[in-house]
Amino acid sequence: MSIAEPVATIERAPPKREKPGPLEYLRRWPLQAIVGATLIFLYAPLITLMAFSFNTSRRNIVWEGFTLDWYGRAMNDDSLVQAFVNSLTIALICTIVSVILGAMSAVLLWRFRFPGKTALEGSLALPIVVPEICMGVAMLVFFARIFPWPTGMPWPLNLGAITIAHISFSFPFVTTVVRARLASFNRELEEAAKDLGADEWRTFWDVLVPHMMPGLVSGALLAFTLSLDDFVITFFTAGPDTITFPVKVYSMLRFSVTPEVNAASTILIVVTVLFTALGLQLQSQAEKQKPKP
Amino acid sequence: MTETSNPNLRPTPHLKDNAIIRFEGITKRFGKVAAVDNVNLDIREGEFFALLGPSGCGKTTLLRMLAGFETPTEGRILIDGKDVAQLPPNKRPVNMVFQSYAVFPHMSVTDNVGYGLKMDNVPAGEIAKRVTEALELVKLGGLGDRKPDQLSGGQRQRVALARALVKRPRVLLLDEPLSALDAKLRDQMRGELTSLQEKVGITFIMVTHDQDEALAIATRCAVMERGRLAQVATPSDLYEFPNSRFVADFVGSVNMFEGTLEEDKPSEAIVRVPELGAPVYLDHGVTGAKGSTVWVALRPEKIEMHKRNGDATPMKMEDAPAGANVVPGIIRDIVYLGSETNYEVEIEGGRRVKTFRSNLTRYDQEDFTWDEPVWLAWHACSPAVLLS
Repeated sequence: MSIAEPVATIERAPPKREKPGPLEYLRRWPLQAIVGATLIFLYAPLITLMAFSFNTSRRNIVWEGFTLDWYGRAMNDDSLVQAFVNSLTIALICTIVSVILGAMSAVLLWRFRFPGKTALEGSLALPIVVPEICMGVAMLVFFARIFPWPTGMPWPLNLGAITIAHISFSFPFVTTVVRARLASFNRELEEAAKDLGADEWRTFWDVLVPHMMPGLVSGALLAFTLSLDDFVITFFTAGPDTITFPVKVYSMLRFSVTPEVNAASTILIVVTVLFTALGLQLQSQAEKQKPKP
Repeated sequence: MTETSNPNLRPTPHLKDNAIIRFEGITKRFGKVAAVDNVNLDIREGEFFALLGPSGCGKTTLLRMLAGFETPTEGRILIDGKDVAQLPPNKRPVNMVFQSYAVFPHMSVTDNVGYGLKMDNVPAGEIAKRVTEALELVKLGGLGDRKPDQLSGGQRQRVALARALVKRPRVLLLDEPLSALDAKLRDQMRGELTSLQEKVGITFIMVTHDQDEALAIATRCAVMERGRLAQVATPSDLYEFPNSRFVADFVGSVNMFEGTLEEDKPSEAIVRVPELGAPVYLDHGVTGAKGSTVWVALRPEKIEMHKRNGDATPMKMEDAPAGANVVPGIIRDIVYLGSETNYEVEIEGGRRVKTFRSNLTRYDQEDFTWDEPVWLAWHACSPAVLLS
C-alpha cells in the first residue's frame, strides 16, 4: 500500500431522525389533534354564547348585526339584577364563612388527635362525594320541616337558607385544600416562635396563618365559584323571592333562549374570570414567599 | 473517673464556677420507654457544652426539655437556681437554634432577627439597633432586607443564630447546628461557633451525633447512651480516657480486645488477651479484681508498624518486658487518605487490627505494601483498660 493512496472516504449514513417518544407533543399530530379538539369543545360554546349576546337578532341562530341592546335590557330587568346581586351576596358571605370554618377544621384535624377524629374526617368529605341532587332534596326537607327559615325577612336575611346550604357544601373543600397545605408545615417554625417569646395566639397569627395563606386563597376561590355556580342545591332551597342568578337563567330559558340570557351569562363569566384572576394573582405572590426545600 | 489537668485545653475566658444549669434526676418517659433516664448534670456558666450520642440516645429530648418543648416526667431543671421544668418555652431565659434553622420564610432577615425583641415589647428604635448589631456579629451586615429564600444554607443558619443571640439569653441551645451544611462550610462554621461563643460569653449547649464536631467545638462533652449519661468529660479525656466500651467505641476509632486481668500492682499491670497472642503490659495500675474480665481499647494511631523479616528475632518495646505489647501480623488492606494511611493488619488467629500512620514525608505511603509481614507494637501507656 503506497503512502499516497487516498484515504478511503467514509460513507456517511444519512442523518436518521429518531422516532418521537410517545408523549412528545410537538412531533405527534394525534396529540395535537386531541388538544385542539379539547380546546374547541371547551371554548367554542362559550365564545358563541358571548358573540350572540351582541347580536341584533332575537334568535341565536343567525348573525344580523352588532348591538349592546341586550345588555341594556338585562340591566333593566329588575328581577335579573336582583338575582345577580343575590348570587354575589350569597357567594361573598359563603366564601368568608367557609374560609374561616375550613381553616379551623383543617387546623383541628391536622394538629390534634381526639376520639371520633376519623368519623369527623369522613363526615367532612361527605358533602364532596354525595350527589348534589341528594344534597338538594335533603336541604329542601331540612329547611321545610326541621329548621324552617322564617319567610318575609328583609334582604339579605331572606337569603339565609341558601347561604347556609352553600356554606355546608363549600367549606369541606376549603378544609381539604388547607389541610394539604398544612402537611408541608415545619413544626420547628412554631417552636421557634414560642422560643422567641410568642404565646400560642401570636404563634398562630405570625407563623401558621402566613403558611396557610396560599391554601386559604385557593380555598376561597373554590368556595366562591362553587357558590356562584350552584344550581341544583339552590333550586331546592330558593323561595319565590330568593332567586339566584343560575336559577333565574334557568327560568328564563324555559320560555326562550333570548340574547338577554346571553348578555347576563357573559357578565357572570367576566365576573368569575376576574375573581379567579385576582385570586391566582394573590396566590402567586404568596408562592414567592414559600421556603425553598 | 480521673480528671487530668491538661494545659493545652482551649482557654475559656468566660467560664465561671456557678452551675448555670442543673439537671436533677431528670427522667422523660414516652409511654413505657424512658427517653431520658435519671440524668444528673451540672453545666457551668460560660461553657460550650456538647451532648453527644447516637440517634435515639435522648440527647435531643434533654435539650428540648431545657427549651421547654417537653416536660420531664420526673426531676427538676434549674436555670440559675430556679426550677423551670413547668415553664412554657416563651417564659425561659434560653433560646434555641433549630436543626432546620426554622427561619420564618415570610419575614425579611431584619424581621426574623427582631421578632423575639418585638415579643418582649422592646421599643422599635432599640430593636433596630440591636438587630443591626446582631447581624454584624454573625457577619450578615447589609443583608437585612433579604428574604430567607434569597439566602444560602449557611446564611440562614447565621440568621437563626442572630435571632437567638439578639435576645441575650442566659443559655443558647443548638440542635445539630452543622448537620445540614456541606463539609467545607461545616469546618468553617466550627471555628466561627467557637469564636462567637468566646465573643458573646454566653453558655452554649449543643446537641450532636458527630463526635468530631463535639471534640472540635466543645469545652466539655456528655456522651449519652440509651437515656443515661455514659461519661461527662473534656474532649481529650473522652478520647484518651474513656470509661466504658461504649464511649471508647463511639468516640473515635478503636481496636477492642477482651482479656483477663492477670497482674495488677500500683505501678504496672498485665492483661492476658487470647486474641492478640501476646500479653498487654501497662505502666500503671488498674483498679480491678485479679482474674476478672476487662477490655483493652487501643486507638489505631497509637499502634506502631515495623518491618518484619521471617526469621529475625522478635521485636521488643523498650518500655515493656520482652514479648509484651508486640504482635506479628500481615498487612491485608491499605486505605490511602492523603494526610494518613489506614492499614488493616491480620494477626495470628485471624483478628484484624486497624492502625493509622501519618504520612510525614511524600514517600511514607510507599513504606508498606499489601501482604507484607509487619510487627505491631504499642507503648505501655497507650492502651485504655475498661472494666465495663
